[in-house]
Amino acid sequence: MLDFIYEPWPWYISGPLIGLMVPLLLVFGNKQFGISSSLRHMCAAVIPTKAEFFKYNWKDHRWNLFFVAGVILGGLLASFFFSEEEIIISSATVADLRAIGIADVDGMLPRSIFSWENLLSLKGFIFIILGGFLVGFGTRYANGCTSGHAIMGLSNLSWVSLVAVVGFFIGGLVVTHFLLPILIN
Amino acid sequence: MKNIKFLVFGIVFGIILIKSQVVSWFRIQEMFRFQAFHMYGIIGSAVVVGAISIFIIKKLNVKASDGSDINLKPKPFTKGTLTGGIIFGLGWALTGACPGPLYALIGSGYSVILVALLSALAGTLVYGLLRKRLPH
Repeated sequence: MLDFIYEPWPWYISGPLIGLMVPLLLVFGNKQFGISSSLRHMCAAVIPTKAEFFKYNWKDHRWNLFFVAGVILGGLLASFFFSEEEIIISSATVADLRAIGIADVDGMLPRSIFSWENLLSLKGFIFIILGGFLVGFGTRYANGCTSGHAIMGLSNLSWVSLVAVVGFFIGGLVVTHFLLPILIN
Repeated sequence: MKNIKFLVFGIVFGIILIKSQVVSWFRIQEMFRFQAFHMYGIIGSAVVVGAISIFIIKKLNVKASDGSDINLKPKPFTKGTLTGGIIFGLGWALTGACPGPLYALIGSGYSVILVALLSALAGTLVYGLLRKRLPH
């Protein structure tokens, strides 16, 4: 049992647990599972702007901010109380990444890209700053992210969410197969 | 306070995100290269469990814990659904993180991801400012 806490969880444990967030939030809060709207509420709460998009009572959506604060704490707990787990990714992916010049394939992120030292290099700017910007812009334009569209929306059998998820994959495939080799070199 | 339960649910979700390795940039690469089942297994089984849950909620007309009718209204289609989705997909593959993992990674000590989160807030703000000029 203790091993289970320390080891990475297989997909057939993690997936159903993530799926259970849907009824948990619906039944115990009448809320639809979603993460990216928290970004909108934070903008509405702290940034003085005349844009209509941010003119609403963000306090009505405070639950969402508590939820994401919890996600940060959960990340903290998982790193403090569970062991530094080894991530074994597919050898084909390791080979592909090595071939385009990403050699450090341990941990959660390639540190050769994601580090404070790299932040102001072109690489760091594109992966961290531009990447983050596109996540924020895209999720609002699409009105949802992996949580709101892929998990909640698809669970609700919404064709709109299916369209959004197809979009997520078009974007991700373009970066992975066409832009990544160019961006790394 | 009634919001504390959402903090607790968030903690649970954050732990799952880390333990499932959904937060890993490498796992996202594996997914977009179709080289492992891991991410597809997670998203697929999550959707199956979520869909069965919603089916039961509808079938048995389950009420929320406060007695209200559960709101299952789907998100409306706009011209941004696909375009915005593609834009998010570009960012997802670059950062290796969708919004949930951004928060979880910051919590687990990848401090530079704070910059990615601030950039995501900037992206949200710019969307809000440009909203009227974008096709919807």
